[in-house]
Amino acid sequence: MILLRTRGLRAFYGDFQALFDVDLDVEEGETVAVIGANGAGKTTLLRAIAGALACDAAMVEFDGRAIGGLRAHDVVHRGITMVPEGRKLFPSLTVEENLMLGAYCGRAGAWNLARVYALFPVLQELRSLPATSLSGGQQQMAAIGRALMSNPRLLLCDELSLGLAPVIIRDIYACLGAITAEGTTLVIVEQDINRALEASARFYCLQEGRVALTAACRGFDRAAITSAYFGV
Amino acid sequence: MTDWLNILLQGALLGGLYALFAIGLSLSFGIMRLVNIAHGDFIVLSAYIALAFIQATGINALASLAIVVPLMFALGYALQRGLLNFTLSGGLLSPLLVTFGISVIIENVLLQIFGADIRRLHAGAIETDSVAFGGIAVGVYPLLVFAVAVIAIAGLQVLFYRTALGRAFRATSDDAGTAELLGIDNRHLYAMAMAIAMIFTALAGVLMAIRTTFDPAAGPIRLIFAFEAVIIGGLGSLWGMLIGGMVLGIAQAVGAALSPTWQILAGHIAFLIVLVIRPSGLFPHTRD
Repeated sequence: MILLRTRGLRAFYGDFQALFDVDLDVEEGETVAVIGANGAGKTTLLRAIAGALACDAAMVEFDGRAIGGLRAHDVVHRGITMVPEGRKLFPSLTVEENLMLGAYCGRAGAWNLARVYALFPVLQELRSLPATSLSGGQQQMAAIGRALMSNPRLLLCDELSLGLAPVIIRDIYACLGAITAEGTTLVIVEQDINRALEASARFYCLQEGRVALTAACRGFDRAAITSAYFGV
Repeated sequence: MTDWLNILLQGALLGGLYALFAIGLSLSFGIMRLVNIAHGDFIVLSAYIALAFIQATGINALASLAIVVPLMFALGYALQRGLLNFTLSGGLLSPLLVTFGISVIIENVLLQIFGADIRRLHAGAIETDSVAFGGIAVGVYPLLVFAVAVIAIAGLQVLFYRTALGRAFRATSDDAGTAELLGIDNRHLYAMAMAIAMIFTALAGVLMAIRTTFDPAAGPIRLIFAFEAVIIGGLGSLWGMLIGGMVLGIAQAVGAALSPTWQILAGHIAFLIVLVIRPSGLFPHTRD
């Protein structure tokens, strides 16, 4: 079953058009990667799906309903939550308060504080510290945990690896399995192509706001990706 | 000696009222970076709403709070949702201009309806009752107002640090865009913030009107007192508002003891001294 579908998705920053007619399909339970160079429109695509950027209602369809016109908080209530680029934890809140904020929308589901602490035990140890006192990797775990607390059907992950050491990135990607095991659908935006392709079943490669290539991750043609990635 | 102790104590208790003035201003600035120039006029408006109900029904001034508080709560929600939310995207200046306009409107509407007479609300014997502490007689009413301020701030402390709504307020104050991505409707949340601010504004208005006289033009000086209490205490600090109010109240009481004309000026001077020595206030708590 198709959970998320975009059709002719366009998005603008003021007069600047960042996405041109993007068509994307994500099956329920699937993990899909969106790759592309800096400025290709990956983050814009996630922000448009999440409702943080305005687009026409029919351009984004979730679970069979047009949600393109909804505001971001409404989209969360429908079951799409985003882990924003750069973590964006709330500095005035403790680690645990950040996590609990994720449950603000009140969606029922498998994820709660205990489950998140089971997935990221280090967060439980640091729960009463200000979120800003965590290391980059711990902050990324907290940001993922905070998003999970909203019990999303679709989790949008923006640049999970940004600014993190390779060993930390590996740990974090290892946790994604536990998330998909709950039936959660993932869309991963990533600059690290290898990491993204390993974690997903299919990928979309964006180039200057358009889908340049889409294929299954197994047995992909490296040269084709390079060409789609850089447009050479 | 007891004279001076008495002056300090009266000033400190007056600080409770100033803390109540400060709460509404501080909440709207802290959560949505909105400087409400009409804040003092909303305090006075609350007093006039109480006056109208008292004149119509003959109820006690304190009992009128049961009507004024919910009314101001609803007014705050509607005002933020229907008007002020639209000013927030226009930088710091548009909310200043819009609330300045509201201030002018409130003052003139009150003048039109109630006239320029100086008014006062009456709460019965509690206004003049006093209890003796050592050699000092302390009014029951100032004590009550101070207690209300302490309870109000303790209540806010619980709201902000123990409830989901309070967490949402703090998160939105940090980063409204990310809060929206986690399911928080900023428009509703800001309206709730203004509604809650108006609860304290209503309290401050009615309690003020029992203690002292008011007229339609009495708002701006209350706004100044509220500003001074917030800044002295330190932006974003809950208990700082109480300390800031007390510093202001004590300075005014001492000034008034020296010469009646010095009361207001002494408060401003204390404010300036704090600004010079500690520009971010006594207990700064913001991170920007």
